[in-house]
Amino acid sequence: MSNWKLWLPLGLFALFFAIAAGALFWPKDDTISSKMVGKPLPEFALPQAVPDRPGVAKSDFTAGEPRLLNIFASWCVPCIAEAPQLQKLADAGAKIEGVAIRDTPQDIAAFLTRNGNPYTHIGSDKLSALQLNIGSSGVPETFVIDGKGIITYQHIGDIRERDVPMLLEKLEDAR
Amino acid sequence: MIAEAGLACLWLAASLSLLQLLAGGFALAGRGAGLAAIVRPVAVLQGVLVALAFVALIWLFLRTDLSVKLVAMNSHSDKPFLYKFAGTWGNHEGSMLLWVTIMGLSGGFIAWLEKRLRGDTMIATLAAQAFVSLGFYAFLLFSSNPFERLPSPVPEGQGLNPLLQDPGLAFHPPTLYIGYVGLSVAFSFAVGALVTRNVGPVFAKAMRPWVLGAWIFLTLGITAGSYWAYYELGWGGWWFWDPVENASLMPWLAATALLHSVSVLATRGALRAWTIMLAVVAFSMSMVGTFLVRSGILTSVHAFAVDPERGSFILALLAIYIGGALALFALRASTIKEGARFNFLSREGALVLNNVLLVSILGIVLIGTLYPLLTEAMGTKVSVGPPYFNPVGAIFALPMVAAMMVGPLLRWRRDNGAKVFNLLVLPVLVVAAALALVLVFADGIGLLPLLGLILAAGLAVASLLPLWGRNLRRTPLNIYGMVLAHLGIAVALFGMAAESAFNREVLVAANVGDQHAVGPYIVRLDGIEPVVGPNWTALQANMTAVLKDGGEVATLHSQSRNFVSPPTTTSEAALKTDWNGQLYAVLGEENADGRWQLRLWWKPFVPFIWYGGILIGLGGLLALIGRTARDIRRRRHDMQDGMEEAVAA
Repeated sequence: MSNWKLWLPLGLFALFFAIAAGALFWPKDDTISSKMVGKPLPEFALPQAVPDRPGVAKSDFTAGEPRLLNIFASWCVPCIAEAPQLQKLADAGAKIEGVAIRDTPQDIAAFLTRNGNPYTHIGSDKLSALQLNIGSSGVPETFVIDGKGIITYQHIGDIRERDVPMLLEKLEDAR
Repeated sequence: MIAEAGLACLWLAASLSLLQLLAGGFALAGRGAGLAAIVRPVAVLQGVLVALAFVALIWLFLRTDLSVKLVAMNSHSDKPFLYKFAGTWGNHEGSMLLWVTIMGLSGGFIAWLEKRLRGDTMIATLAAQAFVSLGFYAFLLFSSNPFERLPSPVPEGQGLNPLLQDPGLAFHPPTLYIGYVGLSVAFSFAVGALVTRNVGPVFAKAMRPWVLGAWIFLTLGITAGSYWAYYELGWGGWWFWDPVENASLMPWLAATALLHSVSVLATRGALRAWTIMLAVVAFSMSMVGTFLVRSGILTSVHAFAVDPERGSFILALLAIYIGGALALFALRASTIKEGARFNFLSREGALVLNNVLLVSILGIVLIGTLYPLLTEAMGTKVSVGPPYFNPVGAIFALPMVAAMMVGPLLRWRRDNGAKVFNLLVLPVLVVAAALALVLVFADGIGLLPLLGLILAAGLAVASLLPLWGRNLRRTPLNIYGMVLAHLGIAVALFGMAAESAFNREVLVAANVGDQHAVGPYIVRLDGIEPVVGPNWTALQANMTAVLKDGGEVATLHSQSRNFVSPPTTTSEAALKTDWNGQLYAVLGEENADGRWQLRLWWKPFVPFIWYGGILIGLGGLLALIGRTARDIRRRRHDMQDGMEEAVAA
């Protein structure tokens, strides 16, 4: 076997390495464009989840000001992780409406005491009815709703530090 | 305390592997003769400590210690015992700890048991093993610490993905892992042999049981995984060419090739450089698979926790180990002596053909798996599936089956064409008869299933021929192993071909009381009722299946299960297994008009796929027992001789 052939496996491996590193460091466009974007919220009115916040209804989203609709639950660990970011959004002036999925008032209250309460309204969605109707498949998820009740953006998964400016921008765009 | 003790064991094991690498390295460089003596004991101690760390993690999961982050994220106090136990490795950190545990234990076992190999090759092998372990220790300790505590304990854990709450999970991942990591031993042997320029039959004999062992576990792991996907995902398919499945298939293909080439090296001293290459490739495929799965650069149905940082770490390890080994190969391969020569028509020749075909299939699977990455870099999203893998793979797999009929009948070195031709008359007749049968009774089936069916028939007969004319009592166990494994291939191939040729599917919306025919059965929906399990509730469809020609009645219960933690729905298929196939029923959603969606399949001979897989694994096991028993006998013999000599002196 001549010598250059012996380097062939290493060459092939280098090729694999280049492809893999490329895929890893130039992240692909993994945006899943939501089918709900551009659609109006369905009619809904969720009961109060905790005593110190009113429940949530569609009418809360049609008052002219863009808002965030945050799907969360006390049993959801990523929700703990995103709580500080929600607080930052609220501090920056965003109005956040919470929908607690399959939860109990005691657990929600305990969760809010531990992780802060950035919400203006919190509705209780015991059977995931609203969650399914607005095309959300997991917890947490956050929707940007313009002042007319139209969904303009769906964020799947927890809100990370880097998502905060993006969401504020989306709120601004929805104006 | 237990978490801290586990972490301490992990740190100690990591330091010992560093010591093992350094002591081995210096000893090989000729500095410090004393260092050579500590390599073996250090390897054993490292194995013990990492095993203790793993036991500590199991303990934490069994106790559901919710102050530990990993337990809180993946377990739940009302989960059944088995899944608390299996939950230990049902997540990224735990499975990586399992990985290093198996590496550490196998290093310990080599150090303890392997006595044939030349001293310096042994030390180089253990140093290589320590070097590979070290990377994974660093990965665990710096980026995936399984023992990390939460600032304050949570009241309840998040639960384990319900798809994984299945007895299959308890055994499928560790089985595959033992296989993947077992190949690291082959890799270390190859590196050790290259470093000390000692590639020969003795090295091959030392490596063979590890390759065989890893291969058995891979075979059984893939078989179990395929059956799990078949009954748990509720799609009625048994192989999806999903990247994660390919990640397990590629090391298996490489290990199968290695298994055959290492036999040539052990018996005839030939295929030296090629065997080394395959040993490196086999472990590369384990690591490439791990990388593809964990880095999340490919989309897969297997939802592993995906994290680019982890991906970069594994990619860096890949570059160091595989790149390093391939560079070493390029530098040293020309110094490897050429082995014994052989004719094309010989056992060696057939094994070379087998290797070429297996490696071609490996290449096809690898290209198919990576292709979406390539095209995505150019801006188009594609997914590669069965329309590519099935026909392109078959181009190489079917000739391989044909070669398998002939190969085991050939003698080493050279053989006589006329003799082989005589032996092949029987399998060829069987193939012709099978072809006639299929054309008469099942005309119009696809070409691939047709070829699969007739080749399976031929191989089933040909695989038994190596026993022809032998004294069956005196035939070595490893021959039986080979026969059984090849027969297993025939059985599995038959199952695959029969399933794809004769599969029947009906999708219906059924009212309670409705009857629907599928295959030989008529299935009646008797009712839908709620049932309650330990940590789920379900809607259960009760069905009665009656054979069309009267006779045999069976009841089926398929469920649509709702798990609370985390909230997920899974479908539990109802299966009725007959000798000639399986009835498979899945309950879907309720339609607006109150009818229930039912999916019914009749899958002729589908269980043969997994029977075949089990036979292949058993064949490997027989070969391993046969070879090991022979080694032990020989060693005892040598020791007796040695003692007699000592007494005589």
